[in-house]
Amino acid sequence: MADLSELENGSAEHTLPAEAQAPVEVDVSSLMPGMSLVVQWCGKPVVVRNRTAKEMTDGQAVNLAELKDPIARNANLPADAPATDANRTAPDKEAWIVMVQVCTHSGCIPVGQQGDFGGWLCPCHGSQYDSAGRIRKGPAPENMAVPVFQFISDTKIRIG
Amino acid sequence: MSDKHSTYVPKTGIERWLDARLPLPRLVHDSFIVYPVPRNLNYAYTFGGILTVMLASQIITGVVLAMHYAPDTGLAFNSVEKITRDVNSGWLLRTLHSNGAAFFFIAVYLHICRGLYYGSYKAPREFLWVLGCTNLLLMMATAFIGYVLPWGQMSYWGATVITNFFTAIPLVGNWIQQLLLGGFAVGNPTLNRFFALHYLLPFMLAGVVTLHIWALHVVGQNNPTGVEVKSKTDVVDFTPYATVKDAVGIIVFLFFFAYFVFYLPNFLGHPDNYTVANPLKTPAHIVPEWYFLPFYAILRAITFNVGPIDSKLGGVLAMFGSIAVLFLVPWLDSSKVRSAVYRPWYRLFFWIFVADALFLGWLGSQPAEGAYVVMSQLATLYYFAFFIIVMPLLGLIETPRPLPHSITEAVLEKNKAKGRAPGPEIRHPSEGR
Repeated sequence: MADLSELENGSAEHTLPAEAQAPVEVDVSSLMPGMSLVVQWCGKPVVVRNRTAKEMTDGQAVNLAELKDPIARNANLPADAPATDANRTAPDKEAWIVMVQVCTHSGCIPVGQQGDFGGWLCPCHGSQYDSAGRIRKGPAPENMAVPVFQFISDTKIRIG
Repeated sequence: MSDKHSTYVPKTGIERWLDARLPLPRLVHDSFIVYPVPRNLNYAYTFGGILTVMLASQIITGVVLAMHYAPDTGLAFNSVEKITRDVNSGWLLRTLHSNGAAFFFIAVYLHICRGLYYGSYKAPREFLWVLGCTNLLLMMATAFIGYVLPWGQMSYWGATVITNFFTAIPLVGNWIQQLLLGGFAVGNPTLNRFFALHYLLPFMLAGVVTLHIWALHVVGQNNPTGVEVKSKTDVVDFTPYATVKDAVGIIVFLFFFAYFVFYLPNFLGHPDNYTVANPLKTPAHIVPEWYFLPFYAILRAITFNVGPIDSKLGGVLAMFGSIAVLFLVPWLDSSKVRSAVYRPWYRLFFWIFVADALFLGWLGSQPAEGAYVVMSQLATLYYFAFFIIVMPLLGLIETPRPLPHSITEAVLEKNKAKGRAPGPEIRHPSEGR
């Protein structure tokens, strides 16, 4: 846990002024599987994670009927897209999670790779998200939001 | 203010000149010198004066602090430290202001309890009470916004969590939240508008306080018996009797206040707020200032959906409802008797309510999990039941004790019981006790 949070804090060179609402381009070439970085977009932290093979298989194995929020909440897809693991990622980039790392309950920042579902754990009121950022337990009503984003090359993502 | 029959007689030429143009001395004379107050007021009735002093103190220290504070996310935290360390007497101004907010709330909660105990909200004082509730709301808004200004971790995340609850409102929730924040997240626009509002709201509060005092001087003060003033023997002049009594209350209150300011200046604060705000890291335990804890506990107690209302919206409604229900108290209480002194059952439920509110405050400081959630739900249930079930029903089924015919009779009875000689000369509440 400690090393991961240091990694996230170590990504300070990627952060932009809180007011930046323009699209943000992120170089993700340094992210090996199991590594994350955080950029600020619209004043909010957006996590970019290159998931491990286990995280992907765990995410894909989830039965959709178990989900508290069955909607993908992915701005790149139709509003009613189901919350499958694939719908939480990008086409042909199923290892990658790009999402606004803000708890949908009261706006705190969940801590990565914590909790019972191998995803994110919110320190404020204990909401737990799985490896695809879907809400699984606790008071939060929705999956964490996937912003508009695309891979503009194999190593670059544009958010917004 | 009491315009019934002014006894003011201007003595000098200047006073006569002013009286004919703007009768300010007459207003002061009629409102704060010869204004009649019930002779049996006890020290619970001094909190109005104490609150006035606290408001004045907060405005004075606040205006000077604003001269040194920088409402910019890059500068705010350091400017507050600079006030503490570099500005002459800045440490004093800041601790007076931050602890002043806490003591303002101590006084207002005791003031509200006084009103609930002696039935001070009953006709003809309903509007007086509603104005007081408005003051409470303004105080809460001012205090919440003010806590954001030092730009520590609790400032930032408190603002984030509370503004986020507005998104629970259907349709317009997100729009309201973005309007409050001036963006998508708490940031520089938020700090700027919060600073502007924190400077504005206390003056609005002062305005409503003026209306509150005006309304008080129209209907006259309630008293511990709840029996209306009937004759001249029931009252004494405001000055010197109430003035001196208020002064004693204020001095004792300031003694406690000064103890915190000089010996425990950070006791009521939170250590996390000495860490500069970090938008990428949430503290492990977010708690509001202690005076909001009961309401925070009510907010978190709603963990279940009620029909179409999900738990998030339900919590927000319960929290605002816990304040809103105070506005309705004059119409919820069906009892014909005002004072709890003559209402044994109401007295019992009142003290349970006080214990319940304190218990909610403690629960608000605990993590929202396990048994704490169940206890919060039960305590929230009693909080609302006190107003919505006990107040309307108890007035119909309770048999109150016999009321004295007048305030004078009550005072003389009490003296007789204590073996003091009654006498027509007794006019002073200070001697009468």
